[in-house]
Amino acid sequence: MSADYIIKMSNISKNFGGVKALINVPFEVKRGEIHALIGENGAGKSTLMKILAGAYQKNEGEVVIDGYEAPRTTTPKSMIKMGVSVIYQEFMLAPDLTVAENIYIDSMVEGGVFINWKSLKKKAKEQLERLGFGHIKPDAVVGELSIANQQIVEIAKCLARDSKILVFDEPTAVLTFSETEKLLSIIRQLKSEGVTIIYISHRLEELFEISDRITVLKDGKYVDTVITNEITKDALVSMMVGRELEQLFPERNAEIGEEVLIVDKLHAGEVVKEVSFSVKKGEVLGFSGLIGAGRTETMRAIFGADKIDSGKVVYFGENVRFKSPKEAIENGLGLVPEDRKQQGLLLEQSIRMNTTLAAMKKIKRFDIINHKREKKYAKELLESIRTKYGHIDHEANSLSGGNQQKIVLAKWLAADCKVMILDEPTRGVDVGAKTEIYKVINRLAESGVAVIVIASEMSEIIGLCDRAVVMRMGKVAGEVNKENLTEDNLIKLAMGV
Amino acid sequence: MKQSLKNLNVKDIFINYNTYFIFVLLLIISGILSEHFFTAMNLTNIALQQAAPILVAIGMLFVILTRGIDLSVGSVMAVGATVSTTLIAELEMNYILATIIAVLVGTIFGIFTGILVAYIGIQGFVASLATMTIARGVAFVLTSGTPVKVDNGTLNNIVSRDNFFPIIIMTVAIILLFALVQRYTGWGRTIIAVGSNPTAVQLAGIKTKQFVLSAYALSGSLAALAGVFVAARSSTGSATVGNMAELDAIAACVIGGASLLGGKGFVIRAVIGALVLGLIGNVMNLLSVPSYPQDIIKGFIIIAAVILQIVTSKREKTV
Repeated sequence: MSADYIIKMSNISKNFGGVKALINVPFEVKRGEIHALIGENGAGKSTLMKILAGAYQKNEGEVVIDGYEAPRTTTPKSMIKMGVSVIYQEFMLAPDLTVAENIYIDSMVEGGVFINWKSLKKKAKEQLERLGFGHIKPDAVVGELSIANQQIVEIAKCLARDSKILVFDEPTAVLTFSETEKLLSIIRQLKSEGVTIIYISHRLEELFEISDRITVLKDGKYVDTVITNEITKDALVSMMVGRELEQLFPERNAEIGEEVLIVDKLHAGEVVKEVSFSVKKGEVLGFSGLIGAGRTETMRAIFGADKIDSGKVVYFGENVRFKSPKEAIENGLGLVPEDRKQQGLLLEQSIRMNTTLAAMKKIKRFDIINHKREKKYAKELLESIRTKYGHIDHEANSLSGGNQQKIVLAKWLAADCKVMILDEPTRGVDVGAKTEIYKVINRLAESGVAVIVIASEMSEIIGLCDRAVVMRMGKVAGEVNKENLTEDNLIKLAMGV
Repeated sequence: MKQSLKNLNVKDIFINYNTYFIFVLLLIISGILSEHFFTAMNLTNIALQQAAPILVAIGMLFVILTRGIDLSVGSVMAVGATVSTTLIAELEMNYILATIIAVLVGTIFGIFTGILVAYIGIQGFVASLATMTIARGVAFVLTSGTPVKVDNGTLNNIVSRDNFFPIIIMTVAIILLFALVQRYTGWGRTIIAVGSNPTAVQLAGIKTKQFVLSAYALSGSLAALAGVFVAARSSTGSATVGNMAELDAIAACVIGGASLLGGKGFVIRAVIGALVLGLIGNVMNLLSVPSYPQDIIKGFIIIAAVILQIVTSKREKTV
């Protein structure tokens, strides 16, 4: 079989200072296939793709696209010209510009000085219709669209450049399951139109559903490329982690006690309309539902980050209404926010400072910080949840996603909470690190903490939680106990069918 | 991904201490250019002259750390200078008490800006622009536009050689104090954290607004004290004191490696930054460069110093 390879990358090496991010990696993609690229965080997937996209310069190796060798130094622009476009996790959109302006942002004034608005809008509309999203208006402001629709605009932008190769970097991490299904069908459609797709995701189900072949990277090295139909999930996972994966969801031996937080008919802002639930000591309660169902907003209101309009919150037998996160934390209620980069971490500050931020009381006296005690305390804490880091005074930025998330968790462990809310604790985290995070959650529950986990991945709710509350359009659509926790039941409640 | 600790080579040392290298380099150049540079009198002069800019730079640094900026410091210096001298000249107040009151008035201006920024939500640039105008106006109203003279034996005590130059001693003490405060107190730590990611800090249960407010208050009080220093040197309180001092303070912080995006910067380095600016002026004076060309040269030296900062601190991030 003489295969037609549209991408041939060979012996790619890339160093960051002394760190070898990629070592002699080959990567070959056939024309018109959907090729998945997987590996744990830090395996080098993103680095490889950034080299392909011209955002990073390789130290060694060569890149051949459609028979043409890429120049030694590349830029994103030169690679776009060669037909490669990347849809990054953080969209490269200008939020204040319109849909049409964003789609044609790099070719708005081509062939003249002035923009032909009419043809620009018309062309944008055609691109959106091609994707089956004709209802997105070309003159809508991008920042006001939903995340899923913004992603569509991003895809339309790449198609408008006549890209032959589209790279999706974890496109579904920010989508709900119905949106994910839609995206996957768009990707299939693009494939049928002859576009070559490279697909990066941590969600194995999706890879099996959509990809033709899978390439596995580990620790900056190439492991293998396999045909999707010829491999099992387990085999794939052990290729990724280089060992047999221990149980994804470890056992928990927590004693479930009395109700410690009871929320009754909570209303807050425009999103939260009548939410009632309760959580017990030692219990792990899942919050399922579509993105935008009001889960995050409910928790923020209870935590005192947003205002409560009406309703009752009973916390350890007392009627409370926390006015600020400070008050909530002082009373032992913690919230690990969903977006660790925007809300959880001080990226350019030290790991140590991040770890002790919510528990500075423990390491200072009369406002004087005891650096020795702080270091010891942070080290012990990070070690207890097996965080990998170079030096405790390095920037939080220097860590992979999974380890960054552990720093955030460590910060909250240090605060000694009695009730802990975790909003999407494993988003963008690789399989190995996920298990570690589940262990931390188990440890919390076992020590008597009531844990609330918001998760969009249903497998996580099912595997991890004792009970789940499903939210839909700002209300509790229903509650599912352990015995009935199935994807079917969760979807039905979330979708209202 | 792990970063190895051992590759602390020459380049890294240079990157970590670039502000100091710039300073030492400038000292050497100054020594070569002028034989009068390394004389006791000249060095004392530099110290007396730079005491005020250093204090202002320290206050500015803490504001910049919170992602803010304080344009009012120059005008607040004028308030400090005129309030202290007016109290001494009109009410025959003891100069120490007058200094304390001047600092308190400066603090009030700082608190005013701080409230506008932290609680009303006005951007630091705009809020302090307003305070800048107000404070300058207050200084002019207070003096009716004529500088206030104070007699010898009052305010000039704090610059006198016989008392071992109190303002130099105070400045050194303040530098050390705030260098320690930044490194060893929860307050200093929180100021950096707030500038780094206010949302995360708030969600960690810290009331960020109080910290932002306190940074502006500190900046106001140090600026007023700096104004008193300037008044003491000439025994005159003028409403024009501190003209453009805010820009020198910002430049000092930036030369010292502070980021206007917040969360990054160190007291000692901002002080060095202020000294760098002072040295440039001093050397050009010794070489009798006229004042207008001095400004041109100074501007380019600031650009060069900052470019050096950017170049030496740029490292490709790992993923």
